[in-house]
Amino acid sequence: MELTSEEKAALNGEHGDTLQTAYRILVATGEATNAEKLIPITWAHLSGVNYNTIGDAGEQFLRELSKDARVKVKATVNPMGIDFDRISEFNHIDDEFIKKQASIRDSYIRMGVEPTFSCTPYDIFDLPEKNTQVSFAESNAAIFANSLGGLKTNKESAFSALASAITGKSPYSDLRKDNISTPMTIRMKMDNPSELDFGMLGFFAGKVGDTSVNISGVSQPNRRSCKALCGGMGTSGTCAKFQFVDTEDTTSEKVDFGKEEMNEVFDELNTAEKGDIITLGSPQLGLEEISDLSKMLKGKSFEKRCMIFCSRAIQEQARALDYINEIERAGGEILSDCCTCLTPLIDTNETDAITTNSIKGAYYLKNSTGVDVNLKPLAKIIEDETK
Amino acid sequence: MSKIIVQGTAQGTVLKTTSPINFLGAVDKKTGTIRDEKYDIFEKSIKDTILVFPHGIGSSVGAYTIYSLKSNNSAPVAMICTKADLTVASGCALANIPMIVVSNEEFDSIQDGNKITVDTKSENIFN
Repeated sequence: MELTSEEKAALNGEHGDTLQTAYRILVATGEATNAEKLIPITWAHLSGVNYNTIGDAGEQFLRELSKDARVKVKATVNPMGIDFDRISEFNHIDDEFIKKQASIRDSYIRMGVEPTFSCTPYDIFDLPEKNTQVSFAESNAAIFANSLGGLKTNKESAFSALASAITGKSPYSDLRKDNISTPMTIRMKMDNPSELDFGMLGFFAGKVGDTSVNISGVSQPNRRSCKALCGGMGTSGTCAKFQFVDTEDTTSEKVDFGKEEMNEVFDELNTAEKGDIITLGSPQLGLEEISDLSKMLKGKSFEKRCMIFCSRAIQEQARALDYINEIERAGGEILSDCCTCLTPLIDTNETDAITTNSIKGAYYLKNSTGVDVNLKPLAKIIEDETK
Repeated sequence: MSKIIVQGTAQGTVLKTTSPINFLGAVDKKTGTIRDEKYDIFEKSIKDTILVFPHGIGSSVGAYTIYSLKSNNSAPVAMICTKADLTVASGCALANIPMIVVSNEEFDSIQDGNKITVDTKSENIFN
């Protein structure tokens, strides 16, 4: 990769340890993706905020780094592990977790990020104009940005996006370029797919596809299903872009996603017939989804605990529009700044299995939180779990 | 043809899998043990090994898992992949774990359990 003399100087440590570390990361990721140069980016979305995921090593790293690192471009951040506004309601969370999570939050704020604590930055901010180069680490957000937002990003890592936030640059490679090759078309063979089906399609596509895939046999669904597709795809593979196509080209490899393929994904992630609690929001719910949920819950009440995750910004908007009242009346608990994935708010001493409509949530609930998962589309959850 | 992503020298026993690895979901960041039963290296530890696998998948936070493994002295001493993804490349860059990308043929030639050396300064990057 060609570096300018300024970039070389930074890599050699002439502008301090922080920039040297940032450029070391950019050079490694640039080499990894055969980039020829670094280019400017205008927005970085950072992952690595939840103490459960980054641990003591991550907490210490960020505390040290934030002594002098400052973000150079707009930077937003992923969810934390907990909702500080409601933490007093969760007695099982130990003080150590709260202390370490607060330290991580403060380190990011010291570096100058916008304290969004959301995996759905595309729900909070208007997107910049088409083809703008950004650097999104959260996989569902990168896939959404590329596939539905018209932006350009690779599926960045926590460190590559952080390095981009600090330098304002990213390696010019793969999905950042024009004329991306898309060697595979997934043929959707399911009729009337729910958001759960789209999540499974995404999980399947992420496994078999590479970098970019076409999806035929279905037109662009509603936002809930689009987000489920992005979430599922980001969980299982390296694929970071999809496009819905009406007519199939003749050159790409065709792979069917039918009943058999769907059952295989379902059997991998669905391990329980019912859940002790329900979680909704992985990715965090947007305004449209909260509005829908509010309507679906009219006159109904949950028969078990239901945790609903959305960003703080969306919660505030939804409260102002009076969507939240109906959900809270029905017994739903609105939680912000955190999400289903790896939150310690779920007390595993009291919870054996969780009902959710999220494939991404299911994967991490099963493999990281260590609970069984009961998968159902939202409509079925409301039908079965409310009265 | 091998390609160097992160420089360095290491010696160790190969732990090889043909499964792509989701570091956040599948690896215990304290011990280095694989905890997802779907992997053919389930319950094995990647600590002090030369980890040979196709590439990383899944969460971008897997880069922190690699950094944590190193801080907890449970990291592989080197990694060899057929495709460099940003999560593994950046995690190895920050944790100073030598990382190389090899061709499919070279990948196939590496035997699980063999003791090998990785040296990015040498003519034979691994042997």
